[in-house]
Amino acid sequence: MSTVAANALGAAGGGLQDVAASEASLRRFLHGLPGVDAVGLEARAATLGTRSIKTTAKANAIDLAISMIDLTTLEGADTVGKVRALCTKGRNPDPSDPTTPRVAAICVYPDMVATAKAALKGTDIQVASVATAFPAGRAALPVKLADTADAVAAGADEIDMVIDRGAFLSGHYLSVFNEITAVKEACKRPDGTSAHLKVIFETGELQTYDNVRRASWLAMLAGADFIKTSTGKVAVNATPPVTLLMLEAVRDFKEQTGIQVGVKPAGGIKTTKDAMKYLVMVNETLGDDWLTPHWFRFGASSLLNDLLMQRQKLTTGRYSGPDYVTVD
Amino acid sequence: MAKNKNIAESVSANAGARKSGLFEYAPAPESPAAAGDIATSYGHFIGGEFVDSSGSEALKTVNPATEQVLAEFAHGTDEDVDRAVTAARKAFADWSALPGSERAKYLFRIARIIQERSRELAVLESIDNGKPIRETRDVDLPLVAAHFFYYAGWADKLDYAGFGTAPKPLGVAGQVIPWNFPLLMLAWKIAPALATGNTVVLKPAETTPLTALRFAEICRQAGLPKGVVNIVTGDGRTGAALTAHPDVNKVAFTGSTPVGRAIAKQLAGSRKKLSLELGGKAANIVFDDAPIDQAVEGIVNGIFFNQGHVCCAGSRLLVQESIQDELLDALKRRMATLRVGDPLDKNTDIGAINSAAQLARITALTDAGEAEGAERWSPACELPGSGFWFKPTLFTGVSQAHRIAQEEIFGPVLSVLTFRTPTEAVEKANNTPYGLSAGIWTEKGSRILWMANQLKAGVVWANTFNKFDPTSPFGGYKESGYGREGGRHGLEAYLDV
Repeated sequence: MSTVAANALGAAGGGLQDVAASEASLRRFLHGLPGVDAVGLEARAATLGTRSIKTTAKANAIDLAISMIDLTTLEGADTVGKVRALCTKGRNPDPSDPTTPRVAAICVYPDMVATAKAALKGTDIQVASVATAFPAGRAALPVKLADTADAVAAGADEIDMVIDRGAFLSGHYLSVFNEITAVKEACKRPDGTSAHLKVIFETGELQTYDNVRRASWLAMLAGADFIKTSTGKVAVNATPPVTLLMLEAVRDFKEQTGIQVGVKPAGGIKTTKDAMKYLVMVNETLGDDWLTPHWFRFGASSLLNDLLMQRQKLTTGRYSGPDYVTVD
Repeated sequence: MAKNKNIAESVSANAGARKSGLFEYAPAPESPAAAGDIATSYGHFIGGEFVDSSGSEALKTVNPATEQVLAEFAHGTDEDVDRAVTAARKAFADWSALPGSERAKYLFRIARIIQERSRELAVLESIDNGKPIRETRDVDLPLVAAHFFYYAGWADKLDYAGFGTAPKPLGVAGQVIPWNFPLLMLAWKIAPALATGNTVVLKPAETTPLTALRFAEICRQAGLPKGVVNIVTGDGRTGAALTAHPDVNKVAFTGSTPVGRAIAKQLAGSRKKLSLELGGKAANIVFDDAPIDQAVEGIVNGIFFNQGHVCCAGSRLLVQESIQDELLDALKRRMATLRVGDPLDKNTDIGAINSAAQLARITALTDAGEAEGAERWSPACELPGSGFWFKPTLFTGVSQAHRIAQEEIFGPVLSVLTFRTPTEAVEKANNTPYGLSAGIWTEKGSRILWMANQLKAGVVWANTFNKFDPTSPFGGYKESGYGREGGRHGLEAYLDV
């Protein structure tokens, strides 16, 4: 285990310093976590999805959701102009209503970090960058570290790294652990501060809920500041059950170590209704401690416009249409 | 319109402060008007008509969440019961002679109408019973329709059900149902009775007659032949008159064990066929390798579903000693998020206790629990000023000798006991006069199978609880009654086999 992570876990009194001492001890620990019953987990997530959020609660939730968005463009065809436009949208999502909150972050590829950083100058909007050979993660560790260091040097406030799913699925937990701690080191800036590290599991590839819980603990033990469901680049991205499971994992981790970790579902969350369901899950699983952009994010690109349309509906009493929100 | 500012302020003000209401759900009430018109007074449904009672005594049904009187309804006299049984007898000849496929058409039609009118029925059920709309809407009504669909499917296949080549109906079925699931119990009773060619006289509970009377309208809407379904309202006296009626061929009762015992005595020596679904005191057994988060959900669902007014409720939590503290902490944390209040609010988890009498019984038994030395815990939650309410309650330090470990409380009250070995868990789980249901929580499949074989319970759930399905038989051992409802087994109770 990295000394940073070990010190943090040791100081917090979680008794977890030695968990990553060897491949065997890490495996024993991860496989000793309580199992997940798929039927029960999905039933619970579905039940939370039936909460009825109306009137003032809905207005508050919409603004909260907007303020939690990592507004994202991760296309091969991204241009400087496109990123600048996205940044403008992030600062001022609804030009017709200046009370609309800003988004939490703009999420781009590493080569666009400097552009985004410049475009967001003077705001507290974070620049997040997907490094570590996103989205497949299939590159040598030095390449991933260079990718990370490059993004950090360009000014990224947050690094979204992908784990090596091949290593994880074949049971090489320690190698995944070491990779996370190495990337965490690469997030350090010369002034001693550090970019926030979000660890992406690509839960759609992990196949089982037990794997998701193990990956969550693995990343948290290795020092992740955030755990994130997916890249948005595969068939199955964030789902309510997977997100609920990760919320339970961060809750248990904080209980045991005192260390709070954030959660970010990403990919496939497109509507206000979806976003409300996730907020309800956070509310009823973790409570107010996590109900801020500092601890919960939505990784999304099209969600924002639906939230804006719903917000306009609450303000004006009628539905407008897609031409009343901007397409950037 | 300074929402942005408000959010920002509350975010900073609430940083680190749990349960400060940052995201309070606004009320989301279902409209009581959706229940349709509730008449000021009701008579019986006999021979396809709504008729006045021959007596003058009227009972009142109240909304348990507000204590407001919803309607008056007739107390069925012996004469009323006789009229209903006579009507059912008259209808039996034609109904039982119909081809099964024809009977099925009526049942399918009823099932579809129930689906079409499910919102109305869900709201009415919630108002009359006190259970949350979330459960009537998402659990009760879908299951009610499913039961009619399921038994409609059996109506033309009885020859192949394994009860002989041409099983015959019994005749007139007298059915007495409880107040905890008024429509669902009605469906459990009426659907198999009609599918097998019997005709029915049903008496709903005296605190919840409204949905049964609304169901009578549905029978008319479906064009069901007159007299096939008859509904006579009233209290225990009416029920006793029905079960005692000499022209009833089959008695089906769901309710308390004392009443079930009285009916069994009354019917002993007669040729009437009897099935009883009575009380329970189920053990919900959690092993140290259980999926903890889901077990907590299962425990909550096991005892707080329908305010604990469930005969198969998991009212005794048997937890392996090694994880007792961890599990109870998680359970308390979860219980603190339960929302108690207005049953018509779509976000309510726990509604009202069905009646003042039931509330008094729950109060008396929990007081006894405290007096006998068990430790009581409830989350902080405000209860409405009027109506019948009881906080979700947990008792720790309970032993087998405590009344709260032995008697059915029929309320949102969980008794926690511990065990060390699987054998001890089985011993304690079976050590009750009841035997209706049980739950096992473990990741070890072989242990689930071993436990399920040892447990004297009609239903054993593994890594889940309180799940119902029309295809699955339901019924008890020991003082939980005899006979099975649901599934292929449920047909047997209404066939001469």
